[in-house]
Amino acid sequence: MSSHYEAPIREPLVLGEKSYHDISVDVGAPVLGKANKSWWIVFTIALIAFLWGLGCIIYTISTGIGVWGLNKTIGWAWDITNFVWWVGIGHAGTLISAVLLLFRQKWRMAVNRSAEAMTIFAVVQAGLFPIIHMGRPWLAYWVLPIPNQFGSLWVNFNSPLLWDVFAISTYLSISLVFWWTGLLPDFAMIRDRTESPFQKKIYGILSFGWSGRVKDWQRFEEVSLVLAGLATPLVLSVHTIVSFDFATSVVPGWHSTIYPPYFVAGAIFSGFAMVQTLLIIMRKVSNLESYITVLHIEYMNKVILLTGGIVTVAYAIEFFIGWYSGVPYENYTYLSFGAATGPYWWAFWALITCNFIVPLSLWIKKLRRNIMYTFFVALIINIGMWFERFDIIVVNISKDRLTSSWAMFQPTFVDIGTFMGTIGFFFVLFLLYARTFPVIAQAEVKTILKSSGESFKRLRAEHGDDASHVQTVEEYPADAGPAANVEGKHFNTVFDDSTDEESENNEVDFELHRGKIDNLLSGVGIFDPAVHKQDDLKKINGVGPVMEQKLHQLGIFTFEQVSRMTDREYDLLDEIISEFPGRAKRDDWAGQALILKNKK
Amino acid sequence: MAATKIHAIYTDDDLLMQAVKQTRAANYHISEVFTPFPVHGLDHAVGLAPTRIAITSFIYGLVGLAVAVLMMNYMMIQDWPQNIGGKPSFTFYQNMPAFIPIMFELTVFFAGHLMVITFYMRSKLWPFKKAENPDPRTTDDHFLMEVDADNHDVEKLTKFLYDTGASEISLIENEHDH
Repeated sequence: MSSHYEAPIREPLVLGEKSYHDISVDVGAPVLGKANKSWWIVFTIALIAFLWGLGCIIYTISTGIGVWGLNKTIGWAWDITNFVWWVGIGHAGTLISAVLLLFRQKWRMAVNRSAEAMTIFAVVQAGLFPIIHMGRPWLAYWVLPIPNQFGSLWVNFNSPLLWDVFAISTYLSISLVFWWTGLLPDFAMIRDRTESPFQKKIYGILSFGWSGRVKDWQRFEEVSLVLAGLATPLVLSVHTIVSFDFATSVVPGWHSTIYPPYFVAGAIFSGFAMVQTLLIIMRKVSNLESYITVLHIEYMNKVILLTGGIVTVAYAIEFFIGWYSGVPYENYTYLSFGAATGPYWWAFWALITCNFIVPLSLWIKKLRRNIMYTFFVALIINIGMWFERFDIIVVNISKDRLTSSWAMFQPTFVDIGTFMGTIGFFFVLFLLYARTFPVIAQAEVKTILKSSGESFKRLRAEHGDDASHVQTVEEYPADAGPAANVEGKHFNTVFDDSTDEESENNEVDFELHRGKIDNLLSGVGIFDPAVHKQDDLKKINGVGPVMEQKLHQLGIFTFEQVSRMTDREYDLLDEIISEFPGRAKRDDWAGQALILKNKK
Repeated sequence: MAATKIHAIYTDDDLLMQAVKQTRAANYHISEVFTPFPVHGLDHAVGLAPTRIAITSFIYGLVGLAVAVLMMNYMMIQDWPQNIGGKPSFTFYQNMPAFIPIMFELTVFFAGHLMVITFYMRSKLWPFKKAENPDPRTTDDHFLMEVDADNHDVEKLTKFLYDTGASEISLIENEHDH
């Protein structure tokens, strides 16, 4: 059907010979399978870092923020650096899911789920810092406009710090419902695929009873579109407001009108770098290379190039204006000759190297499509964007107007521990997510399979754009419930001809394959009704009633027999039953049967 | 009244689309369709009215904006006006530039959350709600069309659905109408 047409020049977004069912299997596999050793190792490291950070936070709260390295000149340092860094990272998810949805970019579908998860987890980390920094976090509810015991003392709606409260909490909660609404159909898929009653119960609750009615889908698509339309200005507003924390002050280097657009671009820049860091590992560990392809990585690298370019231009403007203003105080701002040669020269050059020089290499297509190199650049950008915030905060205020109060910042182990702790917490959440959530929006990927799937693109190339995508229909009577098409029940005459044909087709030609069948049975073992019990072979994915019937004809009745199949038996089976070549091997019947056999 | 339905299962979205069009053309009533992913144009083919959920979102957004204006006017102008950084607080209008970020955030907050809640209520989605897809494969790769069989010759209807390419057809007798 031509409605699935996509220009052949576009590279496929789903690689390999995938069917809708294959997508469900691949996305469900990390959830339904067991965690491997490397997952446990990384999880343990992250958990230790998290606990260390938790200890530092408890120490901070119980003793006071004097345990940090702050001094009377530098009253904001790592805490707000980390806050802005995490909020910035939290921008890519909504950008991918909202802005790219409005632009109808199909490639977002493979990465949006994880990017949104990353967003939510990053904003959780970000939110920790202002709360800890309050000094008395048990009074955190004072930032809310609620009636209180001090008469009519309300929060100050003129303050950017209060705007932050509203912006961050709106952003976190809207991202969460956007993410969860998209997850419902995928949780439903896991719920309907899992064998374990416990998982069925849990995913049944998480999926909110999603049934996939056509009306639900209609609303689902409309809700996604409207949420994208709301989230797009929202994501821009959040970092704009974060930049107001600085821009509305009168500190040289902070009081700058280019902060809002520059902060937003920087946030997207760092967010995409973090998405690259996470997804390059995840696609490998969770075997999702067919869905998160080199093309996806290249697209994200292009976004990094664009936003990195915007950030670089902003640096240049800041540097120029600092010099051009002729104000001596401006010579100590984070982008100035004074900063480049002063005591914080290393922080200045870390910023320039990591955010400007290294990302420039992505202009080269070979490097942009090199996965290892992308991972390396993404790590560098993550570091560089941390330094950007460090420079804006610490370098700018280290040399204020009074020369006698110039100071340097020395982090204590609590500063370092809290930061490492949030990284640990972030990875704890992300690793748990990767094991329990469908990490790819499989329902959405299924909608683009026929237009952007590699095999369908090839079919179109071979058979022309109007070739039908309707797959061969496997016809068999429903095996449960009152079936209307069971012969003899509701009709005797209508289907007579066709059902005869059907059953003839289903017969295996014994004469022709006698030798092969014996050979096959010698490999898998012979079924003896006296000692063995027949299994329901339909439980194996890829075995339908017709296939089961054929296997029975060959003398294969149990999981044990199927589990003994090797490549030799698969080939024999393909020769005897020619309809589904390669199916048994692709679906790994032997592996599945082994699991089913052990479960019995 | 006992409602008799026929569940026809298809294995392909294009096949389903074609079957839906043929079934409607033959004047059979499609009472429900279950699909694993949003099939483009299916709602139109089934004959559903467009959803009005975006309109509700717009109204919720206006409510959010009104809440923000009323709240900040009461707190900052009426109840306890203060001189903060020299920002004028005599009238709401004068102080408004400083209120725009929160007016925007609350508009988005109300529009987004209340729309999603409306969606969940209307589509009957909430924790502990039991799923109602008749066949678990409809969240994987199968497509199920439910056709009213009351007042129709079941055999004829079955034959018809078979010809539209259904891979499984089953007769469902419900005690209660839903």
